[in-house]
Amino acid sequence: MTAPAFASSHDLVVVGAGPAGLAAATLAAQAGLGTLLLDENASPGGQIYRAVTTTPLPDRALLGPEFAQGGALVEAFARSGAAYVAGATVWHLDRDLTLGVSAAGRAALIKARRVILATGALERPFPIPGWTLPGVMTIGAAQTLLKASGMIPQGRVALAGSGPLLWLYAAQLKRAGGRLAAILDTTPRENWRAAWRHMPDFLRSPYAFKGLKLTREARAGTRVIANVTALEAFGEGRLAGLRYAAGGKRGELSLDALLLHQGVVPNVNLAMAAGVAHRWDEAQACFVPTLDAGGQSSVQGVSIAGDGAGIGGAEAAAERGRLAAVAVVKALKPEASTPDAAAIAAALAKAMRGRAFLDALFRPAPAFRVPARDEVIVCRCEEVSAGDIRASVAIGATGPNQLKAYRRAGMGPCQGRMCGLTVTELMAQARGKMAQEIGYYRLRSPVKPVTLDEIASIQPDPAAIAAVVRE
Amino acid sequence: MSRTADVLIVGGGIHGCATALHLAKAGARPALFEKDYAGRHASGVNAGGVRQLARDVAEIPLSIRAMGLWENIADLVDDDCGFDQHGQVLVAESEAELAPMRARVADLRARGFTHEEMIDAAELRRLAPAVAETCPGGVVSRRAGAADPARTTTAFRRKAAALGAMIHEGARVETVRKEGRDFVLDVGGQTWRAPVLVNAAGAWAGGVAAQLGEPIPVQPIAPMLMITARVPAFIKPVAILRGRKLSFKQFANGSVMIGGGHLGQVFPDENATVLDWRKLQESARTVWELFPIMRGATILRAWAGIEGRMPDDLPIIGPSARCEGLFHQCGFSAHGFQLGPGAGAVMAELIATGATATPLDGLQITRFPHAGGLS
Repeated sequence: MTAPAFASSHDLVVVGAGPAGLAAATLAAQAGLGTLLLDENASPGGQIYRAVTTTPLPDRALLGPEFAQGGALVEAFARSGAAYVAGATVWHLDRDLTLGVSAAGRAALIKARRVILATGALERPFPIPGWTLPGVMTIGAAQTLLKASGMIPQGRVALAGSGPLLWLYAAQLKRAGGRLAAILDTTPRENWRAAWRHMPDFLRSPYAFKGLKLTREARAGTRVIANVTALEAFGEGRLAGLRYAAGGKRGELSLDALLLHQGVVPNVNLAMAAGVAHRWDEAQACFVPTLDAGGQSSVQGVSIAGDGAGIGGAEAAAERGRLAAVAVVKALKPEASTPDAAAIAAALAKAMRGRAFLDALFRPAPAFRVPARDEVIVCRCEEVSAGDIRASVAIGATGPNQLKAYRRAGMGPCQGRMCGLTVTELMAQARGKMAQEIGYYRLRSPVKPVTLDEIASIQPDPAAIAAVVRE
Repeated sequence: MSRTADVLIVGGGIHGCATALHLAKAGARPALFEKDYAGRHASGVNAGGVRQLARDVAEIPLSIRAMGLWENIADLVDDDCGFDQHGQVLVAESEAELAPMRARVADLRARGFTHEEMIDAAELRRLAPAVAETCPGGVVSRRAGAADPARTTTAFRRKAAALGAMIHEGARVETVRKEGRDFVLDVGGQTWRAPVLVNAAGAWAGGVAAQLGEPIPVQPIAPMLMITARVPAFIKPVAILRGRKLSFKQFANGSVMIGGGHLGQVFPDENATVLDWRKLQESARTVWELFPIMRGATILRAWAGIEGRMPDDLPIIGPSARCEGLFHQCGFSAHGFQLGPGAGAVMAELIATGATATPLDGLQITRFPHAGGLS
């Protein structure tokens, strides 16, 4: 990797060093574009290959064979000649392709001729009663601790929810010596009917074999409670246990840790703040950017690749990254030779095989997306409950942006990451409208918190920006 | 078939909503049309300053009238609008800045206005303990303060509707024309008629006026604001500067709003703005110097509201010079929030009686003799 610097201008700036960003930056740099990859994490890999080069786990194999694939992407990137800045938070992007970025306590504004956003996915909010209690966290956060620090949760631990990550983490946890009191599977039984027609495609995908093997490994010796239709975490000041309903029966578990997960959704904050048009995707029940085949968004010069473009998984992310990079190279340096876009598109189609089945099967039940009980907290930062939101609708709030004004919902440090989809769907339900009509929070930079010190120290002169060199 | 009202109002900001409220209160049947929702732009996302301080003399009578309504705002709209009266302080950063402040306050006294008062360094430190040691004093307006802009605009909209005003949100006025005595609006497949039209369309007011043959020189602008995460309480009044652009307000929840009028890019046709972080850097630098306590604060968000600005930074309030029945209430140039409740009352009086007790000298369209293409 070259010595990184915030030069004031670049051919291409890629945001995010997961599989999409790594593949895009590698291809663009190989074609001769001046390419800068900015990554919030301390080392490349993104969420899926987090800490692939640095994990303290003595046996990386326990994270599964796919984890090692991340190593190959990182090696190719390292040889590509692209510049790389770790620990770099991109907090602003606009239609003039100016990016605001902070690293090591300093901020700079840089210009790009093209930008590829590869900001990946976030876990979908899982607003059940008690989800804000200490002792309750997401499976994604728990997996980050496992990958980056080798940490496993202690005491009586349960996983609740649905989706591939739940089963993957359960298997990884077991391999790392962790124990589970129970897995509560919230996959709605009726989802099988919707998923069934996608079964042939799924069976031809790599997910089928891997998924089956993983699920079998996770289930072995673990109590699995299926068809869970209601969850309530309880405790005074911290988690004491979980009440649930499953298959018409009620039950209760005493717990020290409850890990929740119901799938991932695109991390849209930076793209939305840049003005990229998004649409509601009913199959994945989330907002996705409107893109052409090469990943170009509604904002000229801004492309989106990876799970931020719609959930497709790691292999699809890398192929989308390559497709976006090919389009950028063709636009900026038509004489450069690039891999055949059609071949990449074919590889993408292959990687997407089975996705429709997973989307249909793991689409979370409406009851877990929109809390029925008014006391459930929706916006954790400002402690706005489902009842507060319904009351705001009753006095005339028509969408999430009025809710910000009425209740400060979405105004806290997370900028709606933990409540945005819940708010949209809850308001849609309360108003009898479609999520598309309700829309999402209007997002603004900084999309990640940045200090007054950093903003005050932005160098106003482009020459000075070039001099802001990271050690 | 067309629908009728007594008065048509274009624009659902604080001004349009306040005029609708006062008209309905007086027994008229106004119909208001807002292309987005009430308070979507400048009225709902401004800094919330209820400011009498440092206003142009022409605006002071209207500002005083408005302040009387603000002080009893709950009686008017059934909501306290988050209004506080912790005062506003104009901070002098140097001795050199104090001299014109003294002259200004003396001039106001001579005119009979007492709402601005000189303060020395000790009083400044009492009002704003965290301000930099080097500031030698300033001017205070003790009855002024701040309110929640979105809540306020919404409260006016709600109360106006409760009193019988017909409020239409998501209703973009496509065309405005005059047929005989009546103004005719085409809005979302409906046609509306009335003998009186109020142009309260903010940044979009120029388009309304131009269709009626009286173009007004109002330009869309996008003043930017930033807000921080919560910090321990350290200042109650709103602080503003004279030499540099800054307004500064800490809310009850601890978050601090930083504004002052630096402009972003504006795209009024798209309802869009683009933040200019080079200018926000200047705001941050000014706060960094003036309030050292803020240096480690986290900026959570920045935004810009779309507002209409006049060449002389003064609004247009009052009847058209060319088109009978047309009234302008626009061009508030980023300081119309405090005036809103008063301007609505004045407009209702003008429409009902043709006169108002509040002097509007210097605020009328007639100060732009070329505006309508006259002479």
